[in-house]
Amino acid sequence: MCEQAVNAIIENYRGKPEALIHALTEIQHELNWLPREVLAEVAAALGVPLAQAIQIASFYKVFSLTPKGRHELHVCTGMTCHLRGGDKLLAKVEAVTGLKPGETDAAGRFTLERGSCLGSCSIGPELIVDGKHHGRMTPEQVEAVLDQYS
Amino acid sequence: MPRFNTVAEFEDYRAALLAARDPARPCIAVCAGAACDGLDSAAVAQAFEAEIARHNLAGQLDLRVTGCHGFCEKGPNVIAGPEDICYFEVTPADVPEIIRATLAGEVYAAKIYRDPQTGEKAARMSEVPYYKHQMRLLIGDNPRLDPLKIDDALAIGGYAALVKALTTMTPDQVLAEVKQANLRGRGGGGFPAGAKWETTKNAPEKTKYVIANGHEGESAAFMDRAMLTGNPHKVIEGLIIGAYAIGAHQGFIYTRHDVPRLVEHVKTALAQAREYGLLGQNILGTGFDFEIELHFDVGIFVSGESSALMRSIEGNAPEPRPKYIRTSVSGIWDKPSNLNNVETWANVPQIIARGAEWFASIGSDKSKGTKLVSLSGHIVNSGIVEVPMGTTLRTLIFAIGGGVRDGKALKAVHFGGAMGGSLPVDRIDARLDFDEMSALGAPIGAGGLLVMNEDTDMVDIARYLMDFLVKESCGKCVPCREGMFQMLKILTNIAEGRGRKFDLERLAELTEVTSLGSLCALGKTSAAPVKSMLQYFHAEYAARIEAGSQTP
Amino acid sequence: MSEVTLTINDREVTAEAAMSVLEAARQAGIPIPTLCHHDRLEAYGGCRLCIVEVESRGKINHVVSCTYPVEQGLAVRTRTETVDRIRRVLVEELMAHAPDSPELKALAEEYGADRNRFGKEPIFCVMCGLCVRYCAEIKGEHAVGFIENGPRREISFIPERAAEVCWDCQECFTVCPTSYAQAAYLLAKGLAFPDGGRS
Repeated sequence: MCEQAVNAIIENYRGKPEALIHALTEIQHELNWLPREVLAEVAAALGVPLAQAIQIASFYKVFSLTPKGRHELHVCTGMTCHLRGGDKLLAKVEAVTGLKPGETDAAGRFTLERGSCLGSCSIGPELIVDGKHHGRMTPEQVEAVLDQYS
Repeated sequence: MPRFNTVAEFEDYRAALLAARDPARPCIAVCAGAACDGLDSAAVAQAFEAEIARHNLAGQLDLRVTGCHGFCEKGPNVIAGPEDICYFEVTPADVPEIIRATLAGEVYAAKIYRDPQTGEKAARMSEVPYYKHQMRLLIGDNPRLDPLKIDDALAIGGYAALVKALTTMTPDQVLAEVKQANLRGRGGGGFPAGAKWETTKNAPEKTKYVIANGHEGESAAFMDRAMLTGNPHKVIEGLIIGAYAIGAHQGFIYTRHDVPRLVEHVKTALAQAREYGLLGQNILGTGFDFEIELHFDVGIFVSGESSALMRSIEGNAPEPRPKYIRTSVSGIWDKPSNLNNVETWANVPQIIARGAEWFASIGSDKSKGTKLVSLSGHIVNSGIVEVPMGTTLRTLIFAIGGGVRDGKALKAVHFGGAMGGSLPVDRIDARLDFDEMSALGAPIGAGGLLVMNEDTDMVDIARYLMDFLVKESCGKCVPCREGMFQMLKILTNIAEGRGRKFDLERLAELTEVTSLGSLCALGKTSAAPVKSMLQYFHAEYAARIEAGSQTP
Repeated sequence: MSEVTLTINDREVTAEAAMSVLEAARQAGIPIPTLCHHDRLEAYGGCRLCIVEVESRGKINHVVSCTYPVEQGLAVRTRTETVDRIRRVLVEELMAHAPDSPELKALAEEYGADRNRFGKEPIFCVMCGLCVRYCAEIKGEHAVGFIENGPRREISFIPERAAEVCWDCQECFTVCPTSYAQAAYLLAKGLAFPDGGRS
């Protein structure tokens, strides 16, 4: 299923080197990461050097060169969240999950990211799970929120 | 859905829309802005929907889910029309009472504004202190429209300025109007938009591009998103008018990938504008062709820098071009490309509709119009505000923002995000004015105003900002990559009690080299926070180094 | 080809209109230091060492000479107090990574740079990009590229390409100011080449 979707994306952009970022974004969305073989296929199909595909894939934060967990934990480290205790929240999430930012647990449950400001500063500090905002979080609430995701 | 082939068809349609709408009819606007959404305003909207269905009230009352209202601190926000009664911190349990009061022409007193000090209540928007000092020319329409419905935009005058420009003005006249209005870029530099448009317009290449930058990667700045998510048609209209003046037939909107509602709203708005014949070939039968393509950032701040952003639209790594040639002359695929930020474009329709003279009557001597500001940090009322240029920081922080949270004293304000500067409390009578703020070392930037209380550690703030910027640098040029890396090391040492005597001198040299030597705007301005620290908080830094104490 | 006249360090110099300030200076025998410049490659503007002061229509600016075009009446100053200070700090920043690079040591001597001024982080690459650009622009092979961003940026040989083309070329080793390109190649070869590559 996934493979078909990826092939369709590659076909859609075949011969269009300027669409590299579009293609990689769609594949990242589909697979949640960019396997090396897929990068090579994309580069060949679009007609860009593999070196350029790898540069872009490693440069932009959206792309992941390793598989991600089922749930994405995003602790906002924007300036307001920082002033309002975002570091303590992040420390607690790290302690509960055993993960450092950028890591995925062995069971593939969570990927932890410390992320840039998402613009909901009025309700910081925030823990965002799979896009759902848990605002005005205290470290004490972390376990109860994470328990909702298996 | 109709496609309008002439201006007359379009205006007939608008007239029919207005005739079918009763402005006196009660309407509930539920905010779905970023903060309200995070406070589960969706549950409130669902409760309204269910209650209206249960009592079969659809004939008496409209319900609208809208973009950001502005008073994010007190979300979920609900505004009940036609009287504009503002309800705050609304829960689904409040819904039946709000409906009852609205239909009866009454106020449900439990959820209206109450002054935390005096206990005084305020119901109407024009009476709530947070709103009453504002001038909401841009954001004020947000509660009045469902961003997914182009008809809502048309009903409040959307695309009327476009019609005026296309049918009664030449491209040169549109340009002259924007120049006369002295509209300055809201993205950071405050560069006159008209002069920039003119450069692109006069560049010899025939193919030209216009770009709306809605990237807003800056921390604690969230008004561009609120504008683009809450009222995408205003930005699109501005972009089409600009394209007409400049002679571009292709435009780009560049925005964030990670805000699903923003993405949905812009995509929908573009599709609807296309269906109505407001984009595409022969717009409204006037002979003008223009198309807009949507592009997303892929998660790095440097792409907010104009030449790097354009490299990213081309599909390349977002490294800025090394050439000393402006993107307004040679930008995307080496074609003249005029980039303005979302808020700048949103100002264009009203300048055309109401005239340059009207626009220039608002604001300070050299900074005209209003400015959207996001208020955050240790402030009582955080959110998005819009005030005339020239408003003092004191008004923003105290009259509108309600002062500092938790009864603490104000220590400093930081303006302009990661590349802005911090000002001490004795400078808060400064006015919101491009030149005045720049001269103080706290350029307005995109417009994020961060309030810091007496307990704030200024060493930690600079270290935090540098830690953010280091990760956003593209890494191509030495002064940006290495300069920030070394500044971060020094600031970390000071914060952790390992500061040394010559550190401040080293910091001063690094800021000079980074700002004079870097390739792009990100690098050139990345040292601004440290510079402002050395200017205004030198004593605090020196004392920390002397004491060898750590950030608590 | 049209020509323009400018002054460099108060000396009148004639240059072709399409030239950069760096090219005009070098043609006139006036030295300007560079790390990332190569005559056969497109100007890159990465190291910023070739920064100079320019004055045009009464306005004074600091620009990098490798990408700044000459213009009629331009006044260029290649050694001012500020220019020298900027170059010194740039050299000091780079010496935190490659303290023993012969090119950096020579520049340190010229500009009075202290190799210990900033915290060391020896990675031996100064990110001039000569290897990456040489491979792409001259050879058309793209066997080595940049990865990551900011201070994490590094050069990386792409094993899939490098295994095929590098053994017979190795030309990038000669343009590298620190010998890091060679080291990176050998590491990639040892660790990641399919079947260890050709040799």
